[in-house]
Amino acid sequence: MLLAVPAAVGFAFLLLPLLALLIRAPWRGLGELLSGSAGLTALRLSLECATAATVLSVLFGVPLAWLLARVRLPGIGLLRAVVLLPLVLPPVVGGLALLLALGRNGVFGRFGYSAFGYSLPFTTAGVVVAETFVAMPFLVITVEGAIRSADRELEEAAATLGASRFRTFSRVTLPLIMPSLLAGAVLCWARALGEFGATITFAGNFPGTTQTMPLAVYNALESDPQPAVALSLVLLLVAVVVLAALRDRWLRPGSAL
Amino acid sequence: MRSTRSALLAAAALAALVGTAGCGSSTPARSGGATSASDSAGVHGTVTVLAAASLTEAFGTLASQFEAAHPGATVKLSFGASSALAQQIIAGAPADVFASAATKNMQQVITAGGASSSSNFVANVMEIAVPPKNPAHVGQLSDLARPGVKVALCQAQVPCGATARAVFDKAGMKVTPVTEEADVKSTLSKVETGEVDAGVVYVTDVRSAGSKVTGVPIPASVNASTEYPIATLSKAANAAGAQAFVAYVLSPAGRAVLAADGFEKP
Repeated sequence: MLLAVPAAVGFAFLLLPLLALLIRAPWRGLGELLSGSAGLTALRLSLECATAATVLSVLFGVPLAWLLARVRLPGIGLLRAVVLLPLVLPPVVGGLALLLALGRNGVFGRFGYSAFGYSLPFTTAGVVVAETFVAMPFLVITVEGAIRSADRELEEAAATLGASRFRTFSRVTLPLIMPSLLAGAVLCWARALGEFGATITFAGNFPGTTQTMPLAVYNALESDPQPAVALSLVLLLVAVVVLAALRDRWLRPGSAL
Repeated sequence: MRSTRSALLAAAALAALVGTAGCGSSTPARSGGATSASDSAGVHGTVTVLAAASLTEAFGTLASQFEAAHPGATVKLSFGASSALAQQIIAGAPADVFASAATKNMQQVITAGGASSSSNFVANVMEIAVPPKNPAHVGQLSDLARPGVKVALCQAQVPCGATARAVFDKAGMKVTPVTEEADVKSTLSKVETGEVDAGVVYVTDVRSAGSKVTGVPIPASVNASTEYPIATLSKAANAAGAQAFVAYVLSPAGRAVLAADGFEKP
């Protein structure tokens, strides 16, 4: 009973801002506000970039997670700390660091620029890079936890039956960690979708190319709050749909998060 | 004899009364605002000033001078895009003074009841800022429309963005930027880091950036200007301090600081 009070306060704290958004939403003029090209363009861009960032995070993050979980090397703790750094780093700082590394005059970016005349800032690819930087650690940490707790005996059994390492990974380990992988991918996608600081600092802000939903909301707030509230509603709806779709996997007992 | 003495006494008493009354009514004349010691007793506490980003250097100087003249008073400065600041004030952000880079944003605040009136204290015009090495060889305004030139502008609702677009309209040009920044200092920093080939900012920003950027002037025939209004806010917690600060900005000493930074007369 004693726990009920702080629990209720915690829940109310999380619920009330969302309720306020729903209460103050311009329901009647919603269609009009959203059909303005800026909102839908930003939504499409956001969805595309978040998905691309998640794909990249899975491609690079799962092997990284496997490395962190299974390989015993001195200094692996340091490696893990570096991987987790974007989780604690303020996103704007992350964006600034990306700019210093991969910008036109960046430590590494200037080679690409002088060779190909191409630089990541102000491109949609730059948005994906910024989002991957902040979101990949979520996937890595989730999958690493799952690999650690996966039953090694099953893998060893596969090995004794003559399965190659790759076959063991794809037929035994991967299915075992799949619930956590999906949960991690959802977290990663949600984080990428909501990314603001790194995107605006590294990729810039231009409608259709780099102006994702959070940037569009920020823009709209300065001229007219109503479209901003409408866009926020859309983001909220997307979040609810995604969470509902993965509800079972999320809450299935035994899925290590 | 008695009547003369009492008449003399009465006259003396009257003279003394008039004399002391005369002494009490005069007050020392107020100078420009920076040096009068008599009003420092009334100006104390914190004065919160929300000002356009382009006023960063000038208001920093003015705030130091104001604090030196009014010991006991502290000026808290917060800079940002005038459009963002106006929205914050309308939403109830606690502040005493608002200095905007465009009359439009001040009008939004006045319409919402945040201020009753304002005074225009300076004006500003635009200039092109390029990185020192000028990688895209931008030498004139028309170069900004060249394909492949990366241009940074302020967002359209921000004064520097609106004024830059007014310049393009006057020149009959169409410029597509690669990024639209939240305020003029962000635009300037994109140029300083060399990420863009050019940015359209105020002449005062090019001046304040010193050797970090090179300025390419815009011909006066197509240049656009914006007026800066300043106002004490209706809900100011420190109304006396707010009025004193605004008075200082509008004073000859204050105007001299602003003119030295490159601002024009309103």
